[in-house]
Amino acid sequence: MPGKAFPRMHLRIDSGVVAESRRLAAAIVDPVSAFIRSHSTVSVERAALRLLGVAGTGEGAAPRANVFVERLAAGTLRRGAALALGAAVAELGLEPSRAAAEALLLAPDAFERVPAEAARAALEPHVRDAMRCIDARRDERKALLGRLPQAPPPLLYVIVASGDIYEDRGAAVAAAEAGAQIIAVIRSTGQSLLDFVPEGATTEGFGGTYATQANFRIMREALDEVSERLGRYVMLTNYASGLCMPEIAALAALERLDMLLNDSMYGILFRDINMKRTFVDQHFSRMLNARAGIIINTGEDNYLTTADAVEQAPAVLASQFVNEAFARRAGLPDAQIGLGDAYEIDPALEDGFLFALAQAQLARQIFPDAPLKYMPPTKHMTGDIFKGHLIDALFNLTSVATNQTIHLCGMLTEAIHTPFLGDRALSLENAAYVMNTARHLGEEIEFKPDGIVERRAQSVLRDACALLEGIASRGLMRSIEAGTFADVRRSPDGGRGFEGVFERAADYWNPIEDALSPAPAAR
Amino acid sequence: MSKFVKPYGDTLDDGKVQLSFTLPIEWSEAADEAARQLVVKMGFGDVVVAEGRRIANGFSFFVVYASTPVALDVAAIAAPERKAPMSMEAIDALIRDRVGRKIVVAGACIGTDAHTVGIDAILNMKGYRGDYGLERYKEFAVFNLGSQVSVERLARFVRDESVDAVLVSQVVTQKGSDVHNFTALGELLEAEGLRDRVLLIAGGPRMTNLLASELGYDAGFGRGTLPSEVAAFVAQRMAERA
Repeated sequence: MPGKAFPRMHLRIDSGVVAESRRLAAAIVDPVSAFIRSHSTVSVERAALRLLGVAGTGEGAAPRANVFVERLAAGTLRRGAALALGAAVAELGLEPSRAAAEALLLAPDAFERVPAEAARAALEPHVRDAMRCIDARRDERKALLGRLPQAPPPLLYVIVASGDIYEDRGAAVAAAEAGAQIIAVIRSTGQSLLDFVPEGATTEGFGGTYATQANFRIMREALDEVSERLGRYVMLTNYASGLCMPEIAALAALERLDMLLNDSMYGILFRDINMKRTFVDQHFSRMLNARAGIIINTGEDNYLTTADAVEQAPAVLASQFVNEAFARRAGLPDAQIGLGDAYEIDPALEDGFLFALAQAQLARQIFPDAPLKYMPPTKHMTGDIFKGHLIDALFNLTSVATNQTIHLCGMLTEAIHTPFLGDRALSLENAAYVMNTARHLGEEIEFKPDGIVERRAQSVLRDACALLEGIASRGLMRSIEAGTFADVRRSPDGGRGFEGVFERAADYWNPIEDALSPAPAAR
Repeated sequence: MSKFVKPYGDTLDDGKVQLSFTLPIEWSEAADEAARQLVVKMGFGDVVVAEGRRIANGFSFFVVYASTPVALDVAAIAAPERKAPMSMEAIDALIRDRVGRKIVVAGACIGTDAHTVGIDAILNMKGYRGDYGLERYKEFAVFNLGSQVSVERLARFVRDESVDAVLVSQVVTQKGSDVHNFTALGELLEAEGLRDRVLLIAGGPRMTNLLASELGYDAGFGRGTLPSEVAAFVAQRMAERA
């Protein structure tokens, strides 16, 4: 990822407040980490099974990993689904996927008498295979990036969302040719609420199509091909969010996705997914992402699309601190923590551009090694495409001046339709023009001491720190319950997917987790 | 009296329009000509391809100026007019005087739609463009059920909480999913015998009053709607019914 260009423009902010904010974020995350360590979820278990080789579908169209986990008695599940799989592998002498399939035909307690040591030993080679496979994809990416270097950041990111993976493939290739460096395939609205990962290539969905392993592979192949042709590596991203966060991360690791949307609180607030489920799931998925070299993108932009951007700026920064703390606990190095922000300030507000600049620069200075993800204006895009294109240009200028890393290109037709191929091309041309013509602006500018921008940044930082202090004293779960984030209230045992959370037994075993931790980047 | 008009460039009745579109062909001089002929075939005259260029392998983008021969009698056009705005205080007063109790409002994004930006703009206290949301009104009791609410859950809520006005929002419109969900809710309320009891209001960037009435809703609110417009509609209808 990008190195820091020096010297760059610089805001004078109180580094003591930054340090205090980090300390508070750690204090906020600590008690949740204790909960995470003593719990697992059905999706974590299924992710482990998938990495151990359990693939395909079982009864009907249900993924075999789902059927296997559902069949386990509560007491057995609490010891970890891998132990049950290991027992079947040891007893039947079959590969994990076959063993799982055979086990489903037998009584649920058929392997109860297999000693735990035998079960564990039976999976050992498969755990090694899983890690080898993840590492191979990671090394492959590294080699490709070396041979096919990316254009300098901000990396232009566009979405494809036709609802049909084959249409998406064509659109993605066209976007790459038009200058896109990162392609996101939007999922069908509602996938976050499915408690399984669909199978196979899909040509349907609303607002996007499903995240499936087959779809990942189709896009990866197409983008690898165009990468070779263009001489620069084009990245692929999808969504590790919702009820299947860990499994999506597992499949993404196997199919060499480069980034994943992966927020520690987004699902809780905006999808009403149970908070305990989300906290456990985000941790395991981030451990996987750390090993796979996948850059996470966090979702702070969502605070701004539902509320006023000027008012919510401290909440964005506070959430960035919390996301960073969670991510570091899962072993993610800073270079893989793509903290989010968005250019959402009301265009009618005097000096709104200065506020946006202050916020973006503030994040850049506080998280110097993070590949910051900058999201485009959406809330104030009206259907006036001419004005929209202009607002996008100022967003592009802010991004290049403050050296953002991942730049989601704004669409002039935002709020009208999912982007047409031509919209995407115009958007990329806009970004390419602004970023080229102002490439080194950030190295030429000095902020007026105690001017509007600097004072704004200082006040956002102070308010974020105060917000973190309140959350730390109340506890994260209770703060969410009280509506601290985005004015949304969620209860610890409410929301979707709570029934899939369980306490680990004393002899709980998850060999994938063991192999991942301590993660290489753990600090 | 009829009044025929054409689009206006810089001279009355010049009929000037701008078009831009993508063609799935590689760019060439011939592609520019294809774009021109296509626009001629659409019925335009004086076609000028101002810009034509390649935007991807096998795709070209064009900006075209042209004149339309078509004129329209705008005197014959009728569209529902926006009512004069009412202030929050006036709306609250109307409810107090004419309804005599708080109006119960429930809002939700139904189906799988997770885009709450519209419903939040109308309901959240802080509102939209300086216009306070319904939660700020003294005479509305507001329940914002959030996103991805099933129509069954919403109907149950309407019954259990004696809701007066239901605001449903759909932002994702791909492949008609919005119409499907709106219809499903209308039918379910009908089947449960709740439809006549409530004001049913649809919202979303592409919603219009016309579409809403086709769907059997009492009103539809589209892009740029202010909370006070929705509030005034609900208050006035409830006052009429009281």
